[in-house]
Amino acid sequence: MRLGVCGRFRRHPMAMFGFATVLVLCLAALFSPFIAPHDPLLLDTSRRFVAPLARAGFWLGTDELGRDTLSRLLYGGRISLTVGLVAMGTTVVTGAVIGLVAGYSGGIMDTVLMRFVDTMLCFPQIFLLLVIAAFVPPSLISIALIIGLTSWMEVSRIVRAEILHLKEQDFVLAARALGASRWRIMFRELLPNIAAPLLVAATLRVASAVLAESYISYLGYGVQPPLASWGNMLTNAQGYFDTVPWLAILPGAMITLTVMGFNFLGDGLRDALDPRLRMDN
Amino acid sequence: MLSYVGRRVLQSVPLLIGVSIIGFALMHLAPGGPLAVYTLNPTITNQDIERIRVVLGLDQPVHIQYLKWASGMATGNWGFTFFGGRPVLGVILERMSATFLLMGSALSLAILIGCTIGVLGAIRRYSVFDMMATSGAMVALSFPTFWFGLMAIYFFAIKLGWLPSGGMYELGEEDNAVDLMRHLVLPVMVLALVITAIWSRYTRSAFLEVMHQDYMRTAKAKGMRAPARLLRHALPNALKPLIALLGIELPALFSGALVTETIFGWPGMGRLFVDALNMKEYPILMGMIMFTALFVIVGNLVADVLIALLDPRVRL
Repeated sequence: MRLGVCGRFRRHPMAMFGFATVLVLCLAALFSPFIAPHDPLLLDTSRRFVAPLARAGFWLGTDELGRDTLSRLLYGGRISLTVGLVAMGTTVVTGAVIGLVAGYSGGIMDTVLMRFVDTMLCFPQIFLLLVIAAFVPPSLISIALIIGLTSWMEVSRIVRAEILHLKEQDFVLAARALGASRWRIMFRELLPNIAAPLLVAATLRVASAVLAESYISYLGYGVQPPLASWGNMLTNAQGYFDTVPWLAILPGAMITLTVMGFNFLGDGLRDALDPRLRMDN
Repeated sequence: MLSYVGRRVLQSVPLLIGVSIIGFALMHLAPGGPLAVYTLNPTITNQDIERIRVVLGLDQPVHIQYLKWASGMATGNWGFTFFGGRPVLGVILERMSATFLLMGSALSLAILIGCTIGVLGAIRRYSVFDMMATSGAMVALSFPTFWFGLMAIYFFAIKLGWLPSGGMYELGEEDNAVDLMRHLVLPVMVLALVITAIWSRYTRSAFLEVMHQDYMRTAKAKGMRAPARLLRHALPNALKPLIALLGIELPALFSGALVTETIFGWPGMGRLFVDALNMKEYPILMGMIMFTALFVIVGNLVADVLIALLDPRVRL
């Protein structure tokens, strides 16, 4: 039985799980000002360390400064997802442009760009991230850009491989015969044809960007307090870890859930969009 | 074989040059440049800074500075720390054995478990075990290492009190191997989790790829039993992508070690890096970036040579 893309996707339980998770998380982040029961920055030392479910109105408890954990998780998710999406955009645009230019141009251009990719891949990402994050004054945009600019290499390799195969096809020859410019062929003819692998790569990149943001925020070089992100909530929680573990458990669980959602979604999209690309064809 | 190794070494040269240019550029990206730390010191006047600039050769054109710096790197002169003025390379090498002990233990454990899971999953594809293993690997890949580390400390060190929560030795037990092992268990477990997941996925797909080849059918047709088929025909062929993976995953292994060492206070290179970051010790940061990148280049070179040893076709 032949199924369309949607049909294949719907028959994939993990993909549907990923899709549902991502959808709920994005909606929660988008509408957090309306859902959050309290101001995430409101201090009240008369209600520090309230345990989850212990007091009405503070369903997930409060932190060391009496701030409502549920509200902070919601607003933190907003920050983490924004950084993740902007970083993904940077990664995909950089990776696609470099992969397209290298693959379509060939020759010296290809060699130089691909050696640059190899070079960037020699550096462990966290090391680069932390050094640059320590040099640049931290802001949401700078964090997202740094993550994006240190993780585009795999995308450019995927795009280049696709282009090498596509550029030998007749429609490219036809476009050239019609007098289309190189840029037109690259961005109007070739780019739409790699939308599927690019979409898969983009989804998986959100997962790793959210993870990267949590790492650098946890180490103190990402999102800065009082702004909440899941990473820096964990840094704070670490100090009260032996007595109030839920403060550490909750943000970590949110990061895991988000990353898992995007990973399952990306994997499911890969299987649905292009059965050839399945890891176990 | 020798000519292959020679060619492969030559291919690493552009990488080396690329890595050194990026490293050099990063150093100059530091706020205030390499002299930033002196400008904050009230006892150092502007004339002093000017003099240091000349002594360090920072008044020369960029390409001369780069060549001097690169030849210094090549001869083991990696500069000196801001605080204490110790040679950077020495400081890094001091921490190397702790990191390699941690990475080596985690990697061995992860390969052992990951490969076993991957092979079993490939043999019984789409079985309950396989489904659970592939989903489980995906879940493991989604864990933030530092959070998993904190949870491990909470349960095994704080709640149960079975294992120490950090460090490498108890005071006065520096030569006690049992004590070292006890301190190793949690960090190794945490670092190994993600690597195990990656290895089980790759082993599974590498074996699936191999098991549908003609030579496997031929082996089966001539009456070879399944274990012998797997060992004699599947394994050597599936090994190649896995050895390549060893090289490819090296940077991620360093990243994982950095996070693990930070949580557990493990006195290795990752911890050194984070401490240097907090103290704005730029020479150590740059040294660490260069050290890991060079190590990755060499690691990939070794992996490629191993693959060539296994498969004569690669050498052509």
